[in-house]
Amino acid sequence: MAITRGFTGRRARDPRLPPGQYDARDEWPVLHIESTPALDTAQWTFGVEGLVERPVSWTWDEIHALPRSRYAGDIHCVTTWSKFDMTFDGVSVDTLLEAAGPLPAATHAVVLTHSGYTTNLPLADLTGGKAWVVWDADGTPLTREHGGPARLLVPHLYFWKSAKWVSGLRLLDHDEPGFWERNGYHDRGDPWSEQRYQGD
Amino acid sequence: MTDTSAGTTHRRTLRWQQARVVSVRDETPTARTLRLALPDPRPHLPGQHYVVRLTAPDGYTASRAYSVASAPDGTNEVELTVERLPDGEVSEYLHDVAEPGDELEVRGPIGGGFFAWTGDTPALLVGGGSGVVPLMAMLRHARAIGRPDLVRLVVSARTGADLYYADELAGPETTVVLTRADLPGRPRGRLTADDLAPLVRADEVVFVCGSPAFCDGVTDLLAAVGVPVGAIRTERFGPSG
Repeated sequence: MAITRGFTGRRARDPRLPPGQYDARDEWPVLHIESTPALDTAQWTFGVEGLVERPVSWTWDEIHALPRSRYAGDIHCVTTWSKFDMTFDGVSVDTLLEAAGPLPAATHAVVLTHSGYTTNLPLADLTGGKAWVVWDADGTPLTREHGGPARLLVPHLYFWKSAKWVSGLRLLDHDEPGFWERNGYHDRGDPWSEQRYQGD
Repeated sequence: MTDTSAGTTHRRTLRWQQARVVSVRDETPTARTLRLALPDPRPHLPGQHYVVRLTAPDGYTASRAYSVASAPDGTNEVELTVERLPDGEVSEYLHDVAEPGDELEVRGPIGGGFFAWTGDTPALLVGGGSGVVPLMAMLRHARAIGRPDLVRLVVSARTGADLYYADELAGPETTVVLTRADLPGRPRGRLTADDLAPLVRADEVVFVCGSPAFCDGVTDLLAAVGVPVGAIRTERFGPSG
């Protein structure tokens, strides 16, 4: 790693910040590639399909009838901002998968959205209390620009995995890259290992 | 959204390389263009970006992405235009410290085919503030290949002093809108549907780049003048230093 002449960097770095990240503080940047869809809750659905015992789909009211689960903690975007101490309310992906019954062959998932955006994840990154479908951020409904009415939340990975306007999961027996992964981004995206682009 | 894998970064390892700063040029009081020579150049598409990584002696690093402003010109050099952000640790370094002869670690070009223009189809380009940078790469490319007729570029800035690439903007393919200063024939004010309507053509892509609020505002205006939302490609520049 080459030292940059005259660059000293910031001191007193917060240990909650993964390498290469900065604290966005009160900002919550909005970065997505597609036009912001206007989805109302009556149109919104979420389904689990693919390698499952029984494909399941929930409407807005149905998913709200499931047990609630909250994430409180930090989030990290590959574009180098992080936000500390957010809270998100929704339902654990474990609850959703339990209803569908993943088949033993299922190893990966493609996240599907109402906008057409996709992203891929190993199933192990979606289970064990590590992922949610959420509709409230810091106690208020997710705005359209942040993925409202509901988005996926996988806070231990870079935020392009936390797909906005999420519509479902398709379980597969292999890894199938999504939109950004086919365009150079990393297949997993661990902020602590700086898995930003393919080959990192 | 059109899902595409046409980008030149398709599943390819992006290696860091040591670029040399060839020249620096101020675009506005808060925007500076760095021309970089690359030891391992790769052709870019207008709309793609590079990541610049700074490393302190203690190993601390900071990196930010910056759009390529130059057209692909067959040389081993690219130009990045950097907006100076308040308290932006990378942009402040690039403005205040970096000078010709310095080595900077970069990787790219990054960005898929979605927000990149290959120069073979007509396109409307709408940029706000620093959002003009990737669109300027498109306009420069159109001019370089002798097809300026393919694009129309609309630029919104606060005042004339905030206009990037001002000396290159003149031309029949460009429209300048100032939100806080009057222009001959156009009083100050935000972009309107009346500004865009004469420039819209059927069956073409519209590239919109700027702040999230700018992108959403322009998307609404374009929809109001009949552009299908699926034909609009946006790149949002959120705060980053």
